[in-house]
Amino acid sequence: MNRGLTGMFKKLTIAAVTVLGLTTGSAFAAGAEGHVEDFAFSFEGPFGSYDQNQLQRGLKVYTEVCSACHGLKFVPLRTLGDEGGPGFSEEQVRAYAAANFEVFDPELDDYRPAGPVDKFPANTAAGAPDLSLMAKGRAGFHGPYGSGINQFFRGIGGAEYIASLLDGYTGEEKEEAGTIFYENTAFPGGWISMAPPLSDEIVEFDDGHDNTVHHMSQDVAAFLMWTAEPKMMARKQAGFVAVLFLTVLSVLLYLTNKRIWAPLKGKHKPEA
Amino acid sequence: MSGIPHDHYEPRTGAEKWVHSRLPIVGLLYDTLMIPTPKNLNWMWIWGIVLTFCLVLQIATGIVLAMHYTPHVDMAFASVEHIMRDVNGGYMLRYLHANGASLFFVAVYAHIFRGLYYGSYKSPREITWIIGMLIYLCMMGTAFMGYVLPWGQMSFWGATVITGLFGAIPFIGEPIQTWLLGGPAVDNATLNRFFSLHYLLPFVIAALVAVHIWAFHSTGNNNPTGVEVRRASKAEAEKDTVPFWPYFVMKDLFALAVIMVIFFAIVGFMPNYLGHPDNYIEANPLVTPAHIVPEWYFLPFYAILRAFTSEVWVVQIASFVTGGLIDAKFFGVLAMFGAIAVMALAPWLDTSSVRSGRYRPMFKWWFVLLVIDFFALMWLGAMPAEEPYASFSLIASAYWFGYFLVILPLLGVIEKPRAQPATIEEDFNAHYAKPSDTAPAE
Repeated sequence: MNRGLTGMFKKLTIAAVTVLGLTTGSAFAAGAEGHVEDFAFSFEGPFGSYDQNQLQRGLKVYTEVCSACHGLKFVPLRTLGDEGGPGFSEEQVRAYAAANFEVFDPELDDYRPAGPVDKFPANTAAGAPDLSLMAKGRAGFHGPYGSGINQFFRGIGGAEYIASLLDGYTGEEKEEAGTIFYENTAFPGGWISMAPPLSDEIVEFDDGHDNTVHHMSQDVAAFLMWTAEPKMMARKQAGFVAVLFLTVLSVLLYLTNKRIWAPLKGKHKPEA
Repeated sequence: MSGIPHDHYEPRTGAEKWVHSRLPIVGLLYDTLMIPTPKNLNWMWIWGIVLTFCLVLQIATGIVLAMHYTPHVDMAFASVEHIMRDVNGGYMLRYLHANGASLFFVAVYAHIFRGLYYGSYKSPREITWIIGMLIYLCMMGTAFMGYVLPWGQMSFWGATVITGLFGAIPFIGEPIQTWLLGGPAVDNATLNRFFSLHYLLPFVIAALVAVHIWAFHSTGNNNPTGVEVRRASKAEAEKDTVPFWPYFVMKDLFALAVIMVIFFAIVGFMPNYLGHPDNYIEANPLVTPAHIVPEWYFLPFYAILRAFTSEVWVVQIASFVTGGLIDAKFFGVLAMFGAIAVMALAPWLDTSSVRSGRYRPMFKWWFVLLVIDFFALMWLGAMPAEEPYASFSLIASAYWFGYFLVILPLLGVIEKPRAQPATIEEDFNAHYAKPSDTAPAE
C-alpha cells in the first residue's frame, strides 16, 4: 500500500508535466483564429537544419519585395556569412550590402553604401513592423482548445504562420474608414491591411526554383526564421552534445548509486 | 549541529588543529555533509538538490548576462538581441537562464507539495517551512522582475498589471504603486530598479537557503513515514539513518543528472516553448496585447486573483461590511496573497497528530484533489476571463482555501489514522531485505 502511494506521487509528477504543456506556450486563443498550414520546414525537430539554398532564396524575396516596407533592424549584415545561415562568402556579403542598402554615417554626415559592419536598415516608412523577430513573435499553433499542447509536437509555428499569411490571400478586399483591408485566411480576424505582397514569378530565383506564391512564401518564412534565430544550428548541436553526455553521466551515477546502496538494501522484496 | 547523535569532525594533524581552533570551518562542512539522514527517503526528497542547483545556475548565468545587458527602455530589448547574436554563447546563456527559471519553479512546486503530503511542515519543522515560504515569495519576486528585463510586450504589460495590484489597496495603494514604479507608470525608472532588485534578491534567497538548511539540520529531515529518527544513542540513530555523504549525495546527483537531460533537451531543442511569443515584440505602451498572461508558474495564483469579481457574493458581502473599502479588485489581491498565506499557516491549521499522509486514509484523497486543483487553477489562469472559466476559477479557488482552512483542521478530528511503523528501520526493512534476511514480505 505504501508503495502504491509512492506510485501515486509518480503519476502526479507525470500529470504535472502534462498539464505544464497544457497551460503554456502561446496558448491563448482569441476571437477568430486564422488557419495556419503546417508547412514542412527543413529546420523542424531536434535534428532539423536550415536549407542554405532556401535561405538565399528567402533573402532574395525579402530584398526585392518585403524590404520595401519592412526592416530587419536587429540583424547584422555580416551574419549572412555566418555558419548555419545563408552562407555567403565575405565578398558576397560586401557586394550584397553595398548593392542593396544605404546607411547614414554620422562621421561622414552623409549616407554611404552599407557594409558588413552595419545592420539591415530599419524601415518604418509604411508603419510596417520590423521582421527581425517576427518568426518568434507569432505562434502558428494554439490547440487543442487553446492549450498550446500541440506546439510540443508541431513547433511554435511562427514560420508556418508567416508562410500561411503570405499564401493566404483570397483576393477579396473591402474599404473601412478609408483603409483597404484584404481578406486573408491566416490572419486573426480574417482581414489584413497589408496588400498581397507576392504574386507568381515576382522574383526570379538563380537556381531556377519554383517561384509561385506558395513556394516564395515558404522560402521567405524560412529566411525570417533564420533572422529570428540565427544560432539555431549551434544551439541544437550544443543541446545534443549536452543530452548525450548527461545521459552517459546519468547511467554512471545510477550504477554508482546502486552499488553504494547495495549493502544496505540487498535484494528488493517482491511486492506482497 | 544536529540533534541526532553522530560522529563529529576531529582534527588530527597539527595543521588541522591549528585551523580548527581558529575557525572550525572544516568541522562545519564535515558535519553538514555527514548529517545522519533517514535511510527511507524516497525520490520526492531529491528536489532540494535540484533547487540548490537552480539557484547556482541562475546566479552564474545571470551574472554573465548582466555584463551584456543594458537596463534602459530604449536599449534593453536590443541588448537582449545583442546577447542572442553577438555575445559568444550568449544565446545559450539566455535560454539557460530563461528556462532555468521554469525548472526552478517545477522543482519548488514539487518540493512544496512533497512537504504538504508528508507533513514536513509539522512540529518541530515549522520554521523550516516558514523560511521555505519566504524563499518561495522571493523567488516569485525575482522571477517577475526578471521577466520584465527583456522589455518585450509581455514584460511591459505584465509589469503594468502586477504593479497595478498594489494600487488596489485603499488609501495607501496609489502612493505605494508610484513608489514601486518610480513614477506614474512603468517606465525607465521601473526597469532600472527591477534590474537592481533582480540582481539583489537571489543573494537574499541564498542567505535564506542557508537558514532553511540550518533549520532542518537542527531538527533532522522528515521522511516518508513521518516517524522521527530514534536519537537516544548513536547506535540507535544509526539503525534509522545513513550519512548524507555518500548515500544521498549520489542518489540526488543521479536524479539531478536525469533532470538535466530533460532540461538540456528543452533548452537545446525547444527553448521558447515555455515563453510567450509576444515577448519577442518590443514593449509598446500604446499597444495592449490581446491577452496579458503571466508566466506559467504564476498562473494558479493569477487565476485566484481574477476569480473574485464583483458578482461573487463573498465579494459583495465584504464590500458591504467594509463600506466599499474592499472592492472586487482589492478582494482579488487579498485572495491571491491569502492563498500563499494559508499555505504558510499549514503547520497550525493541520490538527492531525500523524505527520505522513501515508497513514491518513482520508487526507490523502483530499491532498490528491488539492494537486488536481492546483493544475486546474494553472489552466484557468491561462484562459480568458469569461464563462465558463470564471465559474471554474471560483470553485477551484474555493477548494484551495477550503483545503487549508476547513479540511486540514477538521480531518485531524474526524479521521482515524492507520498504524504507523514503530521505527524508520522497520519501514526500510519492509521494503528491502538483505539476501540472508528471511523476513516475510509485507
